[in-house]
Amino acid sequence: MNPVTKFLFELQEVGLLLWGVLTGLFRKPRYLDEVIKQMDLIGVGSLPIVLLTGFFTGGVLILQTFPTLQYYGIHSEAGRSVAVSLIRELGPVLTALMVSGRIGSAISAELGSMVVSQQIDAMRALGTDPVKKLVAPRVIALIVMLPLLTVAADIFGIIGGGVIASYIFDQDQNVFITSVRNGITSNDLIGGLIKPFFFGMVIGGISCHKGLSTTGGTVGVGLSTINAVVLSSIWVIIFDFFLAKAIQSILGVGII
Amino acid sequence: MQPTISSEKDLRGPLVNPDQVELRDLDEAVDEPDRVVPGIEFRDVYLSFDDRQILNGISFTVRRGETKLILGRSGGGKSTIIRLILGLLKPDAGQILIDGEDITPYTEQEMMPVRQKIGMVFQEGALFDSLSVYENVAYRLREQGVDEDEIGQEVRRMLQFVALEDAIEKMPIELSGGMRRRVGIARALIGDPQIVLFDEPTAGLDPPTARTICELAIKLRDLQDVSSIFVTHEMNNLRYLSSEYAVIDEQGHVVFEKEGEKLCLINTEVIMLRDGEIVFSGSDEQLQSCRDPYIQRFIHGK
Ligand SMILES: Nc1ncnc2c1ncn2[C@@H]1O[C@H](COP(=O)(O)OP(=O)(O)OP(=O)(O)O)[C@@H](O)[C@H]1O
Ligand SMILES: [Mg+2]
Repeated sequence: MNPVTKFLFELQEVGLLLWGVLTGLFRKPRYLDEVIKQMDLIGVGSLPIVLLTGFFTGGVLILQTFPTLQYYGIHSEAGRSVAVSLIRELGPVLTALMVSGRIGSAISAELGSMVVSQQIDAMRALGTDPVKKLVAPRVIALIVMLPLLTVAADIFGIIGGGVIASYIFDQDQNVFITSVRNGITSNDLIGGLIKPFFFGMVIGGISCHKGLSTTGGTVGVGLSTINAVVLSSIWVIIFDFFLAKAIQSILGVGII
Repeated sequence: MQPTISSEKDLRGPLVNPDQVELRDLDEAVDEPDRVVPGIEFRDVYLSFDDRQILNGISFTVRRGETKLILGRSGGGKSTIIRLILGLLKPDAGQILIDGEDITPYTEQEMMPVRQKIGMVFQEGALFDSLSVYENVAYRLREQGVDEDEIGQEVRRMLQFVALEDAIEKMPIELSGGMRRRVGIARALIGDPQIVLFDEPTAGLDPPTARTICELAIKLRDLQDVSSIFVTHEMNNLRYLSSEYAVIDEQGHVVFEKEGEKLCLINTEVIMLRDGEIVFSGSDEQLQSCRDPYIQRFIHGK
């Protein structure tokens, strides 16, 4: 298969999988307890790494930009700069990348080993649709939890920025907080939440598809795990560009 | 339910004419019309993987209360036949009917209710390794939304059947290969499916346990009117299944009796696959007396 056909084929497969998840929502049975279990695993489980990432990203942003802002005499706007870049870009993207590393790999490895040990076949043979039982709870949990994780990362990033600003650069905390509050608009917040919603879909769709299409034993499981992480990370970044463009033109965010 | 026993030795040739079978069943069929509809029917099924032809025009039927033993070389397509019945694979050509329903054009959605009435014992067990033995066996009933108390009772009954009550709380990883196989059997048989597919259920088991599993298959066949397919390589299994039948004695116990000099079981047939085709189909006596060198080598191993 040439690369273009292969790409279109995979795109169609992921699309069909997500479509199956969507249409499955309207049919019984629904696996609510599975969804909650996955939310716990994906959301609560990823919280520590996401918070750490957020905190240090906010910190390093201030560390690198504060001297420059100070040079131009606008260091009172430091809070705004860190808040805007976190909420618009770094929060959603970094969170999605961390989650795709942690959860994308887990999903594809788990589904992949179920395929090679015939557990998926056994499940189908027992009359359960694996898309509803396995894929849907994971995709839904990702779509719901990723925006929440992003918000947590944003908040911790701003806190991280504030901590660095006040301890290393001796900025008054009130100045920082005021600048953050003046800096963010509601459109920034909406845009920042639309992104992780789509990223959840991208990570869930790609990882589940890669897991379920595993062939060739344990080596195959390894390969599909690599593919799941690499592809979902790349597609998160590609999607981010187009989403940013769309959000800019629809909500007018980021055009000063 | 009485086992189907004909009073004289079967005189059919090695290749059975299916019309003849239907004719003899017609008496019975008068008061039970759905008995004429076979549990499983293959009509000229073809399947290839990549460019290798695995099944080359396979046709057979399995009636209610009948067991088909499938013999054939390793890699000959026996598991493939079983996967086709469950709709886990689709044939390239031909039709597969379950209870008279043509499942070939069915989507995954439409297959679900059909699969509910089929129990399958996977060759490699295929237990859910993140679930305990109890949850594995309970799986089908849970999915059907059966009441949890009832599930508990059924699971214990099934595990008793395969002599594994002690392992109920264990995880599959803690079990031996044979124990896993037996859990797989319990999982397949819960909910009393009307069609049961055994894919080498006795491979690697000790003779008494293997015997128990054959008895289980005999009971399902004779007492519960189940249609089953039994893939095996072991001639012992073949002998048990095709020469013994189960009845309930006066005390209500299940006893196994051997077919006698004059009695002959007609609810068990053997089919043999070779290069994707059925080269033999008939009773085990016919198989033993068949002079085809390939079949002789298969039976005696030399
Ligand atoms: N998914 C698949 N893709 C490609 N080839 C396959 C696939 N599944 C099975 N085959 C091939 O089909 C043939 C039949 O396989 P099958 O599992 O039905 O054999 P079998 O008769 O059950 O053998 P055994 O007695 O060893 O279990 C084998 O040669 C196998 O290589
Ligand atoms: Mg096999």
